[in-house]
Amino acid sequence: MSPLLSGAIWVTLLCYAIAMTLALVRLLRGPSAQDRVLALDFMYVNSMLAMLALGIRYASDVYFEAALLIALFGFVSSSAMAKFLLRGEVIE
Amino acid sequence: MSAAVPLWVEAITGLLLVASGLFSLTGAVGLIRLKDFFRRMHPATLAYTLGAWCVTLASIVFFSALEARLSLHVWVIIILLAITAPITTILLARAALFRMRRAGEDVPPPLRNGT
Repeated sequence: MSPLLSGAIWVTLLCYAIAMTLALVRLLRGPSAQDRVLALDFMYVNSMLAMLALGIRYASDVYFEAALLIALFGFVSSSAMAKFLLRGEVIE
Repeated sequence: MSAAVPLWVEAITGLLLVASGLFSLTGAVGLIRLKDFFRRMHPATLAYTLGAWCVTLASIVFFSALEARLSLHVWVIIILLAITAPITTILLARAALFRMRRAGEDVPPPLRNGT
């Protein structure tokens, strides 16, 4: 791992961290419930991207499976919360 | 490990990764700065599409060079996101529209046959 690539990965992870912090501010401050769900979904996708970047950093395939799981759970939880906002219950 | 990957592959990987980070950061800045919920839905999509595409392409380039064969399994992430992100967006937009109508805010009225 050359210093070029590890520096690039460091910068990328820093960008993801700042993005997740901003989304966390929106999650805590968001005026309505749908803003909070949107911010949480954004944080899910950002953590998935960070997992893929870490997989490149450590040259390992295990992080790919973690990213896949995070993507799946993010979809399920976001759509369940959107359904809850729409109807007041998840499964009817 | 480091000798296995040539420098230009590392350059391409790093460039794609930094681009993905900047796209994601732009999306977050838009998420925090825009005024309206429906406006805030647009910049968040930047991370779902361009951010995920860039980091996946970087991963494919890096692992293909590392294992000296075409390694495309990270593509699954893009396919999964391309299927799931529109569903989540549509559900969330419909929920927001429904809630804003109930709160009496200024949103488009429903069509005659249903929503």
